[in-house]
Amino acid sequence: MQATSSIRETLITGGKTVRDVSEDISRQVEGKPTRLWWMAFSISLVLFMFGLYCLVTLLWEGVGVWGLNKTVGWAWDITNFVWWVGIGHAGTLISAILLLFRQKWRMSINRAAEAMTIFAVICAATFPLVHMGRLWLGLYWVLPLPNTWGSLWANFNSPLLWDVFAITTYFIVSLVFWYIGLIPDFAVIRDRAVRMGNTTRATIYNALSFGWDGAAKTWMRYESVALILAGLSTPLVLSVHTIVSFDFATSIVPGWHTTIFPPYFVAGAIFSGFAMVLTLLIVTRKVFKLEDYITIYHIELMNIVIIITGSIVGIAYITEFFVAWYGQVPAEYYAFYNRATGPYWWAYWSMMTCNVISPQLFWWKKLRTNIVATFILSIIVNIGMWFERFVIIVTSIHRDYLPSSWSMFYPTMYDVGEYIFTFGLFFTAFFLFAKFFPVINMAEVKSIIKSSSEKKH
Amino acid sequence: MSNTNEKFLVGIFDDEDILLHGVEGIREKGVKIHEVYTPFPVHGLDEVLGYKRSRLPIAAFLFGMTGTILALTMQIWMLGFDWPMIIGGKNFVSLPPFIPVTFELTVLLSALGMVGTFFIVSDMKPYKTPRQFDLRSTDDKHVMAVDLASNQLSKEEISRILKENGASEVNEKNF
Repeated sequence: MQATSSIRETLITGGKTVRDVSEDISRQVEGKPTRLWWMAFSISLVLFMFGLYCLVTLLWEGVGVWGLNKTVGWAWDITNFVWWVGIGHAGTLISAILLLFRQKWRMSINRAAEAMTIFAVICAATFPLVHMGRLWLGLYWVLPLPNTWGSLWANFNSPLLWDVFAITTYFIVSLVFWYIGLIPDFAVIRDRAVRMGNTTRATIYNALSFGWDGAAKTWMRYESVALILAGLSTPLVLSVHTIVSFDFATSIVPGWHTTIFPPYFVAGAIFSGFAMVLTLLIVTRKVFKLEDYITIYHIELMNIVIIITGSIVGIAYITEFFVAWYGQVPAEYYAFYNRATGPYWWAYWSMMTCNVISPQLFWWKKLRTNIVATFILSIIVNIGMWFERFVIIVTSIHRDYLPSSWSMFYPTMYDVGEYIFTFGLFFTAFFLFAKFFPVINMAEVKSIIKSSSEKKH
Repeated sequence: MSNTNEKFLVGIFDDEDILLHGVEGIREKGVKIHEVYTPFPVHGLDEVLGYKRSRLPIAAFLFGMTGTILALTMQIWMLGFDWPMIIGGKNFVSLPPFIPVTFELTVLLSALGMVGTFFIVSDMKPYKTPRQFDLRSTDDKHVMAVDLASNQLSKEEISRILKENGASEVNEKNF
């Protein structure tokens, strides 16, 4: 049996019983959507439609509608791609790594975090897809398929192709992991619908629940599957952002050509992912009244992860600078000098303020247990992380080897529009998830009610 | 599932610790338990029920190995033999650049293969309607089903043993 130290804080407050968990979490699936939900959903849908217009224009006219030029050939598209992939790292980290470390606090947050991961990866994938211009031909460029030139295969030496495999695998495995977790909870809603006599809902959730019956033998296999999936996902989640960083690190562009990139990118990804989880969960717990399940203690623990990963990112920034100076390679030295003092100094210093200084505020317990402060800082962190990718990508290439090629990047409406498209897609998907799927893993939370719930007095 | 008219006694347990001790006591009395249905994974239940460890990790390993071999042979054959291309003057076949894709396909096949095997061995698929002894088993009750046909003891006796071992109610269920 398990023993829990008495000094551990309770993870579930309000003296909840097992029955209360089914009741509290299923309620939002069973009830009618609130006016607040309709408003939020409509706004996301409007953003999505505007973005869709920009996307269709891009596909119709070609990539020329973006603000790219000969020198800056990669800008907002890849910045947004890396930003979204980074955000997509928290979900699997929470459900896989924290499962291997037996961290029970993951149980209230893993469902929503994994959903966020899946939607973020979809958003990320739109950028490399549309940047190909004729994305219907993209299948031949990215997958090893026989094609019209005979058997001229995809280039497996290219980090961009590794990215295709990494992102695809990450998406599929995260989706499977998420769905496996959802099956027992769909069965809860199915059986409640049967008891309430709602046949439509019972039929839908019966299809989704794969005939789950909760037999001890199935649970045993299920736990085995969850453990192995966690074991597989842990190196997977680390590999994905490592490979994303290879897109830059394997090049010879000063500012990109650094061996520090893989760990630095992975830490940054976890940093931004946790920030996005906080942004979403602070709103979700309020709207769905889940304060007893996602407590201040959960928020504090996530903030501690933010301090740790934020500090790693800060050290990485300083190390890059130190090595650029210590290595005394003129091109490398100039790239970093230009980053901090050149025409993009404002982007660089925004990044430094948001990513290095702001997470350090969480050393104060008052701030990391304060909902409003956490909410604001979580958004600031993600603004900083967007600037990080923009700084790395654009400042490294806008000063080309020939001064006559030096250039600046100015985004057009379509650059902005595609970014808005992903926001619309992300929030539309998240609101649909929050309405129709149980946002907290009921089965897991029920299993810790006895050991980690606040007792009724 | 095809044979009709199966008679079951269904014991309801309110708490996982009572259930764990109950299962031990009931099995000691010589009652054969058909299956126990719980709303959440109860640790140690598989041991007291005498289930063997799942062999799904073996399936995961075998599928993973298939992915490794498939990815390596694909890359070496395509770039090394079928259509060798000079890329940056490097060797046609060199292992390091093939590792990322090999790793990803290993994970992908391992995960998909294991989950597919899990669905097949547990007979789980969309639109399958499970046989449920008590709908509360997905809410907050632990439900123990005892098949009367496979037990020598009388219905009354089994019912008494279930109650003595912590069942809060005992019902009959026929299929």
